[in-house]
Amino acid sequence: MEHAWIALQLSLKVALWATALNLVLGVGVGYALARGKFWGRSVLDAALTLPMVMPPTVLGYYLLVILGRKGVVGAWLQDHFGVTLIFTWQGAVIAATVVAFPLVFKSARAAFEAVDTQLEQAARVLGVGEMGVFFRVTVPLAWRGILAGLLLAFARAMGEFGATLMVAGSIPGKTQTLSVAVYEAVQAGQDDTANLLVIITSLTCMAVLLLAGRLAPGHTAHR
Amino acid sequence: MHASTRTQRLITLFALLGAVGSANAQDLLVSAAASLTNAFKELAPLFEAQHPGTKVLLNFGASDALVQQVAKGAPVDVLACADQESMDKADAQKLLTTGSRKNFAGNSLVLIVPTDSTLAIRTVADLTQPLVKRIAMGNPASVPAGRYTQHALEEGKLWSAIEPKAIYALSVRQSLDYVARGEVDAGFVYNTDAAIQKDKVRVVGTVPSTVAITYPIATVASGKNAAVAQQFIDYTVSPAGQAVLARYGFLKP
Repeated sequence: MEHAWIALQLSLKVALWATALNLVLGVGVGYALARGKFWGRSVLDAALTLPMVMPPTVLGYYLLVILGRKGVVGAWLQDHFGVTLIFTWQGAVIAATVVAFPLVFKSARAAFEAVDTQLEQAARVLGVGEMGVFFRVTVPLAWRGILAGLLLAFARAMGEFGATLMVAGSIPGKTQTLSVAVYEAVQAGQDDTANLLVIITSLTCMAVLLLAGRLAPGHTAHR
Repeated sequence: MHASTRTQRLITLFALLGAVGSANAQDLLVSAAASLTNAFKELAPLFEAQHPGTKVLLNFGASDALVQQVAKGAPVDVLACADQESMDKADAQKLLTTGSRKNFAGNSLVLIVPTDSTLAIRTVADLTQPLVKRIAMGNPASVPAGRYTQHALEEGKLWSAIEPKAIYALSVRQSLDYVARGEVDAGFVYNTDAAIQKDKVRVVGTVPSTVAITYPIATVASGKNAAVAQQFIDYTVSPAGQAVLARYGFLKP
């Protein structure tokens, strides 16, 4: 029982961090793709969507090769900061962030594209700076779409399994998230533990999806 | 292109894909411990050559996971585990054909480090040094190699010191991979596993233990090819089968 709560806490921690990172990265990239007119935009969009469609094992392998002790980034972090990401909860955060990233930037891009540029233009005419236009006009108008994307990303990060297992391993209390704990329990034939864990996971994801549904664009009940 | 030809092509595609992965009556599904991967992949075609018309399908994983699959109704004919405890679990659930169980191979547990390791690891006791931070081993709850490791370390009064550094793997081959990639400082695998990644891992030494490592094999009671399943078991203990196992470093049972 205690074991299950620790796994839940860890899953929530990883998912929250992944969502927070995606708030910055996903929204930034979504805005750049919605407004930027540059060569190779559609190729970039497709490449950034890859984590959503690629098998988690492929992603896990990429991350392992890049972030591992002998990987390009991993070796650099190790040499300069003494930081290792493999088999740490921070490694799990990176895996979850990458997997959930397309959900945020796709939603953000669509939300930004739906914003009427005339309103931004009007703000500029009234003397508002570019930062002001972005934070006081564009973001408030696109907010619902972004938030729905973030909630989906949170749910996706909660459920992340394949890449997480490959990058962070399965250390009880340290990197063993709910989804990994379920797998371990089933492998070991501990059906009672597995039952408890799947119920907790299902309820948590259900709650997030209900919340996401309320915030989704087009939902009118609370307007 | 006409719509009808397109539909025909689609149907052909599905028919072709349908053939992939479908099982025949003469298919023998063998679930074997991960450490047997290479040896059984060589052994299976030799058995097929002796039994024309039989196709051996191999399914590898941690022994306890294999037992779980059978318990949940996987259509397995032969089960080969890496320790007695996992096979006992199958026995206790009445999953095996009575009298079919026998030991067919032996192994030894070794401590390995990445080839380029600079740490001074010469014995198991050296793993207690603070510089050694991560040690890969099978999860004792589901991986026989992990249970052998835990048992050996407990005998050496080292378990409590080493356990906090443990990185639990889901099969012995995952431990091997972690060490080969240099993601951990050391790991516990079978001697036969270490031999597969000779260029990437270095064997520090055999881990002393009072528990002998023996591999049991048995036919699954719900299997559909009982006769062929028994022949497969007979083949693993035959001189030809033992020769293949010996080539991969397995010991006599």
